[in-house]
Amino acid sequence: MAEKMLMKGNEVIGEAAIRAGCRYFFGYPITPQTELSEYLAKKMPKVGGLCLQAESEVSAINMVLGCTASGERAFTSSSSPGVSLKSEGVSYIIGSDLPCVIVNVQRGGPGLGGIQPAQSDYLQATKALGHGDMHFVVLAPAYVQEIATLMGEAFDIADIYRTPVMLLADGALGQMMEPVDFEAKRERALPEKTWAACGHGNKRKHNIVNSLYIEPETLENTVLARYERYKAIEENEVQYDEYMTEDAEICVVAYGITARIVKTAVKAAREMGIKAGLFRPITLWPYPKKQLAGLADKVDKFLVVEMNMGQMVDDVKVATGCKRPVEFFGRTGGVIPTPDEILAKIVEMNGGAK
Amino acid sequence: MVVFEKPKALTDVPFHYCPGCTHGIVHRLVAEVIDEMGIEGETVGIASVGCSVFSYNYFGCDMVQAPHGRAPAVATGVKRSHPDNFVFTYQGDGDLAAIGTAETVHVGARGENITIIFINNAIYGMTGGQMAPTTLLGQVTTTSPYGRKKEIQGNPIRVAEMIATLDGAAYVERVAVDCVKNVRNAKKAIRKAFETQKNKKGLSLIEVLSTCPTNWGMSPEKSLEWLRENMMAHYPLGVYKDITEEAGDNE
Repeated sequence: MAEKMLMKGNEVIGEAAIRAGCRYFFGYPITPQTELSEYLAKKMPKVGGLCLQAESEVSAINMVLGCTASGERAFTSSSSPGVSLKSEGVSYIIGSDLPCVIVNVQRGGPGLGGIQPAQSDYLQATKALGHGDMHFVVLAPAYVQEIATLMGEAFDIADIYRTPVMLLADGALGQMMEPVDFEAKRERALPEKTWAACGHGNKRKHNIVNSLYIEPETLENTVLARYERYKAIEENEVQYDEYMTEDAEICVVAYGITARIVKTAVKAAREMGIKAGLFRPITLWPYPKKQLAGLADKVDKFLVVEMNMGQMVDDVKVATGCKRPVEFFGRTGGVIPTPDEILAKIVEMNGGAK
Repeated sequence: MVVFEKPKALTDVPFHYCPGCTHGIVHRLVAEVIDEMGIEGETVGIASVGCSVFSYNYFGCDMVQAPHGRAPAVATGVKRSHPDNFVFTYQGDGDLAAIGTAETVHVGARGENITIIFINNAIYGMTGGQMAPTTLLGQVTTTSPYGRKKEIQGNPIRVAEMIATLDGAAYVERVAVDCVKNVRNAKKAIRKAFETQKNKKGLSLIEVLSTCPTNWGMSPEKSLEWLRENMMAHYPLGVYKDITEEAGDNE
């Protein structure tokens, strides 16, 4: 039987990375994810790895670029303001078709914002972290256990599709303690990194890890090839979870820590006789469009609940083709919504308690 | 008897550099050192943003292209995961001394066992002759059209002197490639820098005073004269740091 450990979310990120065979972490301290750096500073030397504190978020992501370019698993972590700084490096990593993992333990924004949990970087993560035509995979855990599973998978997905993968958590998940089992990760076949720039040993032509293409047609073809991989990711990597959606009339859509609060509200609504359900995207990109489209044929209304001002609402509208009304309830700035206020919104959408 | 040949560590891709530009000489010197030390197979070069970005096509070793100014951070990522590889960056003055100042200073502070080849030609070449952090006072560029004034554009940075103050910097020298004697000395310096890396003594940085005839608006010959008269006065040649004989390595 797999051992279960009681661990803090931020530490689980680090432990899962080590267990995924990652030996290189480059970071910069920022609340509320600093425990991760501290955990790795203790653990990495004991497994022959490296936890290096960079002079900036910009440098940290570029150290990741160099490390992954030479063929090693590498990752970096930050919280919202620091992730903005990494956007340049992320774009170059994508442009160079390099795998890596980036963690964002979100806090309130914009600007220096606050240090309490938020989901205010949804749009940044899923639409535009960096310049250029691009996507990357965004995984949104809702449980500390899920951090362990998804963090392990993140490195595999990154290697298989040669793409960055972001673990999009929040300050609450990072700080909370829950029992976790690290054995729950599935094994996947990984490609050989024949492109790595780690010295050709006079045995092959030199490898060039590069994102510059002066000829527009060459750049276009490179982007098109990357979008073919994106298609495969959309085909193979969508993850989601459903709770009481079979007969639901009001379907709440929420991810991450918010989804757990929604679950409590959905249970309470059911006790009141309201047919509520929860749809929880686990991959925010690729987004579970097909599954939501399917639900749009069954439910009457959608309610999006987030810890932001409604950044996911458009994704739900697009996925469902606006077939059903999509309403929103959210708190922002680091305020965590209570089950009661979400329940009140569900009751209101139901036209009362009935 | 072979009198002259192309270094093996250079590919057959023709250089795109302007006539009279000294990048070609420096590329050759780096490649000759790689050949002489027999380390092409273990070397990873980091190309930076600027005229020399295409150096990834010219050097025969594995190459990584870094974002603007980030080559020292990228090099850190390669070197820390492959400590027995030789890792060098090849950066211009805008890349190293403006947008990448923090990255440069901190590889020095950390004493990364990498070699930085720093091309100082006092101007932004690729974008067409704008003011660089190393542009001399009074020097006319497209963004200092009335000559660089310290009250407006600030003062030029002396990189070799600055990096030499860092404890992790093991070998720092400023050289030029304006005449045969200096070219030979530049090669000696680059060799010493790679040896410093081999012996894991810390950061080695070779600043090479270079010309940009196209954007300086001078003939190649006049450019070399201008370099000798103006750049060497502000950026004196010489060894600014050498702790390579001190005991112990930097690992």
